[in-house]
Amino acid sequence: MADTLTTHGNGHAAHHGDYLEDPKGLASWLTTVDHKRIGLMYMWSVFFFFLVGGIFALLVRIELLTPKQTIMTAEMYNRVFTLHGAIMVFLVIIPAIPAALGNFALPLLLGAKDVAFPKLNLASLYVYWTGALMAVTTLALGGVDTGWTFYTPYSSTTGGGVTLMVLAAFVLGFSSIFTGVNFIATIHKLRAPGMGWFEMPLFCWGMYSTALIQILATPVLAITLLLLCMERVLSIGIFDPQLGGDPVLFQHFFWFYSHPAVYIMILPAFAVISEVIPTFSKKTIFGYKAIAFSSVAIALLGFLVWAHHMFTAGMSLFAGAIFSFITFFIAIPSAIKVFNWIATMWRGSISLEAPMLHAISFLLIFTIGGLTGLFLAALSTDVHLHDTYFVVSHFHYVMAGSNLIAFLAGIHYWWPKMFGRMYNKRLAAIGAALVFIGFNATFLPQFVLGSRGMPRRYYNYLPEFQSLHVASTIGSWILASGLFLIGAYLLASLRQPKGVAANPWGGRTLEWETDSPPTTHNFEGQPVLQHGPYDYRANPAPVGVEEHIH
Amino acid sequence: MNWFQNWMLPKAAATHAGDVDGLYMFIVYLTIFFFFFNGALIVYAVRRWRRRSAKEVTPHITHNTKMELIWSIIPLFVVMGIFFWGFKGYVKAWVPPNDSMEIVVTAKKWVWQFEYPDGTRTLNDLHVPLNKPVKLVMHSEDVIHSFFVPSFRLKRDVIPGRYTELWFTPTEPGVQQVFCAEYCGKGHSDMLARIFVDTPEQYETFLREGDEQVRKMPLKELGKLVYENKGCATCHSLDGTRGQGPSWKGIWGETGKGADGKPYTVDANYIRQSVLQPQAVVVQGFEPIMPTFQGLLREREILGVIEFIKSVK
Repeated sequence: MADTLTTHGNGHAAHHGDYLEDPKGLASWLTTVDHKRIGLMYMWSVFFFFLVGGIFALLVRIELLTPKQTIMTAEMYNRVFTLHGAIMVFLVIIPAIPAALGNFALPLLLGAKDVAFPKLNLASLYVYWTGALMAVTTLALGGVDTGWTFYTPYSSTTGGGVTLMVLAAFVLGFSSIFTGVNFIATIHKLRAPGMGWFEMPLFCWGMYSTALIQILATPVLAITLLLLCMERVLSIGIFDPQLGGDPVLFQHFFWFYSHPAVYIMILPAFAVISEVIPTFSKKTIFGYKAIAFSSVAIALLGFLVWAHHMFTAGMSLFAGAIFSFITFFIAIPSAIKVFNWIATMWRGSISLEAPMLHAISFLLIFTIGGLTGLFLAALSTDVHLHDTYFVVSHFHYVMAGSNLIAFLAGIHYWWPKMFGRMYNKRLAAIGAALVFIGFNATFLPQFVLGSRGMPRRYYNYLPEFQSLHVASTIGSWILASGLFLIGAYLLASLRQPKGVAANPWGGRTLEWETDSPPTTHNFEGQPVLQHGPYDYRANPAPVGVEEHIH
Repeated sequence: MNWFQNWMLPKAAATHAGDVDGLYMFIVYLTIFFFFFNGALIVYAVRRWRRRSAKEVTPHITHNTKMELIWSIIPLFVVMGIFFWGFKGYVKAWVPPNDSMEIVVTAKKWVWQFEYPDGTRTLNDLHVPLNKPVKLVMHSEDVIHSFFVPSFRLKRDVIPGRYTELWFTPTEPGVQQVFCAEYCGKGHSDMLARIFVDTPEQYETFLREGDEQVRKMPLKELGKLVYENKGCATCHSLDGTRGQGPSWKGIWGETGKGADGKPYTVDANYIRQSVLQPQAVVVQGFEPIMPTFQGLLREREILGVIEFIKSVK
């Protein structure tokens, strides 16, 4: 830590080694407190579990090619879809943008040297790995067949590694809380001089809203999961009616976390898109405050709508009406954001680099994902569509489509900053197209399946549903090929020598004012904010030319 | 656009289904409209303002209060309209008329049992009269299930330890499909039932004698029907595969020992006892989980099962 930080403004004379190589060695990575390295380790972990969860998804789709048994038994199928859901939710989607991209980018965007609590940050990674290890260990205990939602009393009575999986989710919750605490403190205390709240890049607002939910909602999940463990291990009757408990209470507890958690999954996506679109439109963001406040509004409203997952579970009519009513208000900030992003593109100078292609994919897929939420917010249509493939498709459009594609946008956006290398742009365009086409081919048929009455989590199904299932499975292969292509060219790019300029996209936020990849301490000296995050009026940064603050 | 609706939704077969379909199609068109609207704006913007040189300067437009109010307030009115439309339909589907006929539904892994006002009980087949309101009073004996009738646009969870209700007035004669919609384990996707919507005469006959098909059927076929429709197939295979219970393949005349060591021979009386008092003799290596079928099968149906087991070789 004795490196001088006083070489203010002279980036050429006193170059430190970049963070990837200074210091070298595996031990230095495992004990690092550098937010960039921690972000990268999160990212590789997320990639790994995305591969695992994705393979489970492909197995599910192959099994559903025929109405009866195709490649596995019913017990096996139930374990596979449970692991797909649990891994994707707890190990991939929740940490993907905040813990991987957020850790890497947030301090850079704020002009900070690191997050507020670097050691807590490293702890969160180890807690994540511990939770992940526990989740994977359940495979050896006969797997889990409850679905990722762990509904009681099924989950309190079935066999297998349910207790361990539930404890894994409990432990993973703490990594999420650690990250949330860290981000809130970082955003409050470590903004660069001159950066007021409304000069922050919108990514930071998204991370802030996400962090609020992480620290307020995750403890409720932790309590719920502990209660479930107590019921399984000690036979204390909380949810199981055989023991005097109430199974619907579990659903209330579970969704009190898990609905806000949906916004832990989507707000970070908004955060990434709010960076990508201005950069590649070379134009200031339209409606900065509206976007910032709508993230906070979604985060807060998200706490008041949990029971819209339970309209068929036997709530009172009055309660159902209230939850439906509040749910509709979430549509408004979501709509505002989409229109603001499109307005940002309006009269811009648009270049269709890979991150922008993914951002456009996101806009279209989120439009479908958001609007299909209206069917499920409305009481009478939800009664028909609840627990069918319509719901499966809707939440994949939001959680997988929107979140994953925004994650890809973010990866492509910051990849040159992370590694100092550029990927093959032609392949990147093909990859973005395959993902978009494959995703829609997989999930559009599922809307129709659900409306026609196909329930979710079905191993066998009526023959009349087969053609749509086959279409969906073929779509999943297109999607998988796109994702494999993306993985391949990203890995291949790492074999090139480093040579990307500091600001390859001509962005105006602070991370583009340091080297690619940055030095260990991010900036040569303390950067001072000279202009707003999306200010393209004066001195437009020419593409590909390195810029330094003086 | 009727074909479009018919492709997306099963044929409506209960009184309030039309209202649900109206709202459903409204949101479908809304979704399609906004998808193409946003898509068109994006495509237009990308084509019109594609970057041609690195030196392009863009206008500095930070916001436009009037536009932002428009695209906040219009969606607000639309979604409030949708809320009330959905609420109205939900209320209608919630409150049953006073003269509804009550049928008690018991769900357990993985069968549906129906009990009619006169005490008749059926498994997996629900008979209801056409155009008469029917109220189902439902509960579960094990985990949560959900009674889902796509053609009625109705669904309600069936929960252990409490009663939930569902009512409908069927408007189409014929057979309607019922699914279990809440995940309940291995047999979840086989936990199906059928609703037979009968004319008043058909319904009377059903209550008196069971359905017509059953009355005229040869014993062996009747046994096969019982096997398929009353839940036997969930646990007992015909091809020798081990299930929750012993396979029926070639068991006629077999001898063996029960869990308590008592010998048994598979004959007509053994089968009759196994159906009515399943716990009396439990074959070694199996759990005593079979429910009794006392009161669920007519005498002739038990004879049918015996004939059918004889034929499974």
